Amino acid sequence: MAETRYTKDHEYIRIEGDTGTVGISDYAQGQLGDVVFVELPEIGKALSKGGEAAVVESVKAASEVYAPVSGEVTAVNAELESAPGTVNEDPAGKGWFLKIKIADAAELDGLMNEAEYQNYVKTL
Amino acid sequence: MAAEAQEATTDNAGAAAPLKTPLHARHVALGARMVPFAGYDMPVQYPTGILTEHNWTREKAGLFDVSHMGQAFLVGPDHETTAKALEALIPADIVNLAPGKQRYSQLLNEEGGILDDLMVTRSSDPDEDGALYLVVNAACKDADYAHIEARLPANVKLIRAEHRGLIALQGPGAEAALAAIGPDAAEMGFMTSRTMKVAGIKANVSRSGYTGEDGYEISAAATKIGEIWDTLLLDANVKPIGLGARDSLRLEAGLCLYGHDIDTTTSPIEAGLIWSIQKRRREEGGFPGAARIQRELAEGASRVRVGLLPEGRAPAREGTEIATPEGEVVGTVTSGGFGPTLNGPCAMGYVATAHSAAGTKLNLIVRGKPLPAVVAPMPFVPNGYKR
Repeated sequence: MAETRYTKDHEYIRIEGDTGTVGISDYAQGQLGDVVFVELPEIGKALSKGGEAAVVESVKAASEVYAPVSGEVTAVNAELESAPGTVNEDPAGKGWFLKIKIADAAELDGLMNEAEYQNYVKTL
Repeated sequence: MAAEAQEATTDNAGAAAPLKTPLHARHVALGARMVPFAGYDMPVQYPTGILTEHNWTREKAGLFDVSHMGQAFLVGPDHETTAKALEALIPADIVNLAPGKQRYSQLLNEEGGILDDLMVTRSSDPDEDGALYLVVNAACKDADYAHIEARLPANVKLIRAEHRGLIALQGPGAEAALAAIGPDAAEMGFMTSRTMKVAGIKANVSRSGYTGEDGYEISAAATKIGEIWDTLLLDANVKPIGLGARDSLRLEAGLCLYGHDIDTTTSPIEAGLIWSIQKRRREEGGFPGAARIQRELAEGASRVRVGLLPEGRAPAREGTEIATPEGEVVGTVTSGGFGPTLNGPCAMGYVATAHSAAGTKLNLIVRGKPLPAVVAPMPFVPNGYKR
């Protein structure tokens, strides 16, 4: 069973073995509004925890998506280029951004689990 | 995730508790997301979101609360006296403005820079001869009023219409929706104004707007504007639209947003607003900054506002550098985003005149990378004005 962890900046990482699938939370897509463009990294790019991983743009503004943990990009969701609205429709599923090979599993410890994240969102 | 660009629609002019328009409670009840804008708490979008609101306005009729804008009357003994007082501050021909007609113009500083842009309307009512109705930008209104009052002759007064609300009904369905509750609306031409009953309430209605579509702006007492708003929303073709879609609609229409596309450093000639300076004023001058504007009319401006269409789907936002294919920086984007009707990105900005011809290939430097774009005529989406 895959486990999902969250950052305070509203990225999620769904962990399956040493691979993580990264996207933005349902709360984040709601705050952004209609997503019209997603810029994804090159496959093979080394990301560092907290560094820029992708860019998501709504009608109004551009926002950076940060890497929840360090690691190498192993896949990107190219479907988002032609259908960026998928991020709004299914952020936790078909609206994923990229997959990352987790370099240091210990970095996951600092992230929130599902219950902690839902409580965090209630405080915003 | 973090916002990189300031939200295009958010201007935090007032740090104090935000003001509320007469329709504020209605926006909250409709589930709008409220944001501070020019000192007011305003709806940026309703639950359906900006894309849906934008498309609805292009296809049906969108209803906007623009009560935050400044409404005022300039009142003198007769039309010529009032018009001449205003002509000393703006480059439009107001003396020859016919009763019931409206004009777009700009308040200019002594250097020919734009202090604000505004709409000027001459009343159609002979009893109101000598009165001009002004609508100015919310963020500028206090400064505008002070500027105007300091320069008026003793027999012309500025009267702030603070107890009025203002709503805009925009889109191809606007005429049918308004004519159903104010039959006179159907007979009006573009950029005309008249006083009429709307849903039984006395209102000043003009056929104009800020979306590129046919439509109206409706001014009425603050205590009554809500009744007109509610009555219009009973029409299945009318939905409320927030400031987010107002911005994407005006961008596609190639219309300037004050503080972004025009400001105290830009002249009306640089901004491509020559059409708003009538022939008599171009020749005679007699407005602030006339020397610069007449020189730019004769010799051309060194930079001009152009439309830009980026290749691909990445939007180029305000502040993006504009460069030649060789890498020389020749300008800056002043408004940019995603055009829902265009189904792609669009932008406007100032470039050195040598690079301003339609079809010129330029690069927009987005996140450090050159994004190819082409200079394109505006509006990006054909307008639907009722001529």
